[in-house]
Amino acid sequence: MGAVGLAAVVLSGCQVPSFGAFSGSTTQGQDAFKLWQGFFIAGAVIFAIVFFLIMWAVLRYRRKSEAIPAQFQYHTVFEVFYTVVPVVIVLVLFGFTFFAENAVDAVSSTGDPVTVNVTAFQWGWEFQYPKYDVKILGIETQNPEMVVPAHDTVHIFLRSVDVIHGFYVPEFNFSRYAMPGVTNQFDLNVTHTGTFRGQCTQFCGLYHSIMLFRVKAVTSSQFKSWVQQEQRTPNTSGSIAKAKREILQGKAS
Amino acid sequence: MTDVIVPPVAGTGAHPPVVHVTEAHHGHEEHGPSGLLKWFTSTDHKVIGLSYMITSIVIFYIAGLLALGMRIQLASPSSSFVSFAQFNALFTMHGSLMLYLFAGPFAFGGLANYIVPLQVGAPDMAFPRLNALSYWLYLGGSITMLMGFFVAGGSANFGWVAYAPLSNVTNSPGAGADAWLMALALTGFSAIFTGVNLVATIFYLRAPGMTMFRMPIFTWNMLVTGILILIAFPVLTAAVVMLVCDRHFGTHIYTVVGCTTTATAGHPAVPAPNACGSPVLWQNLFWFFGHPEVYILALPYFGIATTVFPVFSRKPVFGYKGMVFATMAIAALSTGVWAHHMFTTGVVLLPFFSLLSLLIAVPTGIKFFNWIGTMWRGQLRFTTPMLFCIGFLFAFLMGGVTGVMLASPPIDFFTHDTYFVVAHFHQVLFGTAVFAGFAGLYFWYPKMFGRMLDDRLGKWHFWLMFIGFWVTFMPQYVVGLRGMPRRVASYPSYLGWESWNIASTIGSFIIAISFGVLLWNLWISWRRPVPAGNNPWDAHTLEWFTTSPPPHHNYTHLPPIRSERPTWDYNHPEHPVLAHGPGANESSNGHGRTNGTVAAEVPSA
Amino acid sequence: MKIEGLFLIGVGLFFGAIGLIYWFIGYEDGGGMMLLGSCLLGLLPGTFYYYWHRRFLGYRYFFWGSMPAVGVRPEDRPDATIAEGAGVINTFPGSSIWPLCLGVGAFLLVMTFIFGTWFVPPAIGLIVIALVGVTAESRRGGNV
Repeated sequence: MGAVGLAAVVLSGCQVPSFGAFSGSTTQGQDAFKLWQGFFIAGAVIFAIVFFLIMWAVLRYRRKSEAIPAQFQYHTVFEVFYTVVPVVIVLVLFGFTFFAENAVDAVSSTGDPVTVNVTAFQWGWEFQYPKYDVKILGIETQNPEMVVPAHDTVHIFLRSVDVIHGFYVPEFNFSRYAMPGVTNQFDLNVTHTGTFRGQCTQFCGLYHSIMLFRVKAVTSSQFKSWVQQEQRTPNTSGSIAKAKREILQGKAS
Repeated sequence: MTDVIVPPVAGTGAHPPVVHVTEAHHGHEEHGPSGLLKWFTSTDHKVIGLSYMITSIVIFYIAGLLALGMRIQLASPSSSFVSFAQFNALFTMHGSLMLYLFAGPFAFGGLANYIVPLQVGAPDMAFPRLNALSYWLYLGGSITMLMGFFVAGGSANFGWVAYAPLSNVTNSPGAGADAWLMALALTGFSAIFTGVNLVATIFYLRAPGMTMFRMPIFTWNMLVTGILILIAFPVLTAAVVMLVCDRHFGTHIYTVVGCTTTATAGHPAVPAPNACGSPVLWQNLFWFFGHPEVYILALPYFGIATTVFPVFSRKPVFGYKGMVFATMAIAALSTGVWAHHMFTTGVVLLPFFSLLSLLIAVPTGIKFFNWIGTMWRGQLRFTTPMLFCIGFLFAFLMGGVTGVMLASPPIDFFTHDTYFVVAHFHQVLFGTAVFAGFAGLYFWYPKMFGRMLDDRLGKWHFWLMFIGFWVTFMPQYVVGLRGMPRRVASYPSYLGWESWNIASTIGSFIIAISFGVLLWNLWISWRRPVPAGNNPWDAHTLEWFTTSPPPHHNYTHLPPIRSERPTWDYNHPEHPVLAHGPGANESSNGHGRTNGTVAAEVPSA
Repeated sequence: MKIEGLFLIGVGLFFGAIGLIYWFIGYEDGGGMMLLGSCLLGLLPGTFYYYWHRRFLGYRYFFWGSMPAVGVRPEDRPDATIAEGAGVINTFPGSSIWPLCLGVGAFLLVMTFIFGTWFVPPAIGLIVIALVGVTAESRRGGNV
């Protein structure tokens, strides 16, 4: 954790570019993002060095005559060098990885998180809040929305009732499989309000491409009023079984 | 048919003495069957190798067309070029054809079959009829998989990885899926038999003097590939058999029968016994095969690169022993990293697989530096094979670096199953199987057919393919990081992904044009042949000593074998390998010998 | 044979080590079993080669009888000449119909999963004929 913190301090102070990834709208996602930046820089440096070596060899040693060059085959010092140094680099990268993955995967055991049971099915999502008895369900492009409080721990139980799906929110820099027979758990600590798009990321059959959902982070008070509103309105979204029947009928017709 | 070697003829002039190899007796068919019958009954490794190469290249073109279909669909966000179902079949079959039916068989069934016996000085493979059986099983498997397109319900459409439970009979009914599974059974056995043949040939049929550490690196890579095949393919075959049982015989190996367990992050509870099958079991079994599989696909092509670089640098391969041990290390590590394809399942031991995956970068880096070292201070000739190998270096460099990124689970969590991964594996696979593969094709074509491929057209082929390659796959990294998942037939139009996808599609068409150039080159080499001679490249390894194409049973004469470059030693006895720097090991592979030793070998009576 | 033996024993030891680690700290047994299988895949032939390498050099092993040292094979000696490989190498039948027959039989057997069980009799028939033919061909030495 300290190593990630140190890297975070260094990297955030220097305004390191994002190199194409999202900066992460959860604390876990930000840890992953810092790791990405570090890996990208390391990778870019290694790429540049090897690229330069190849280009140098290709340009400098073009054939100049028919003379046969010196037929050397070994240089033990170099060979040891470029065996040992990469091992060191790899071990350093692994060290940073180890700390980051523990941070991302950590499930808090204290506090009172908002628990959501996320169930994936062909081809939609159900978000059920056991403590509040609220359920959101939507298929395909209906894009169901999971409302969560920002700045609070959200604890997700993720499962599937048919095939393997993937719960993926790009802006959280996170995905996890929803698998039948296994319930995955993870924490999300969203750092600011907003609506974040999500999509199924593990190929799950015919309508995998449009199995969309959203995560909407709101303030705590907005969340409480949303819960109360949902509890008051009757549940019209139905059950997963009903949704699957409708999908089958819709496709058959 | 047996072979006998008669005593050597005395050497003449500056060349060392060669040995005349003859055959004890002939049957009434002097050199095996000819004409059409040859292609059906010959057990000659050269005929079988050519059959494999022709079949796999035809499949390569078919799979390429499927890819073009996908790219046309993805050039616009909600295209209706193909339906969702058709698109799912397209990417499944593109991946399956490329990985199961092209990249592997071209390498170990085609090139290795042809070249390895020649490189070790053997008359044929160790088990010629088993070799022929391998080809027929491969052809049968290819037909079976392609047959999927023509059965009711269409071909398999669950991705080339066929994850359970998507691939079970509830979610993928239809004969197309069964055809796919049966094709894997046939080609799996084909590969296993080829692996047996390769290992036996390399262990038992080397010519005298061809010690293990004098074998060409291509042969070493094929030996390691053979062992990897024996480790990986039986697991795939077993997993497929179990899936067939689940589909047709009512078992519940991969299906979950109404039970649920709870997994906390990183510490899954053990499911109740006898109540649950396990979809994750399929993933574990498949990827225990699947990761060595991609190294089975890569190592032969590394071997091609290690063959081509020394020839066109006019120097020996740099760090021969390092190369051998790096290949072994890559193969060894590759079998321990399978669950890095499963980081997002939440039920695998992240640090174990992450560390081993990161470590594979080390021997791969050693190989890279050795290739560069081979070119260093050489006299580089940029023929078509050399250009393709240099292109391979660039492609694999970036593919390898992104692979290191993917080996880190937190990064994998947001890149898994996105176009970032698609771009990564296309860079490494295209870099090896296509760039290095075509390098091998252009390099050994003269040996196989006795004629040259046009070098100017080859350069057009290379540059079009190289440019097309980068234009196709670099945009995929970008959209992958922006969140575009893979295996999607459409995508939202408001996310800004469309221009990147259009660029990628344009690149794919540039690649397609380059394939047309190749066909043209093959055609004119046939119509207007330019004779090649035994050794048009002044290459180093033993196969360049014999005629082009080689005669029946490969060698009528053999030079003495005193290093890993017998042909070079014969043609350039005044330029043996030098030891460079302290600590070079000279004893077991004949390095550092001076001029006198090679030429002064005295023939026995 | 020495290098081949050591190479395969090395494969076995590597998988033994990795397998042991994974067995105790991994979460599932499938991977451990596969690593164990790979360990055996290396150790079994590897120890066989190494054992015979030592016996070819004349070592006795316990109660196995001694055999005269025949030395190292020509292809394992760096100073061997081609002439030392004189003699029969192997049997290389130049052509044989039986691989095709066996391959077609296997293909038809696989067709049963797609088209139905009436493919089974011709498939089994072809396979049996091919196996008999291959055996007979091996006994009489094959074609050129």
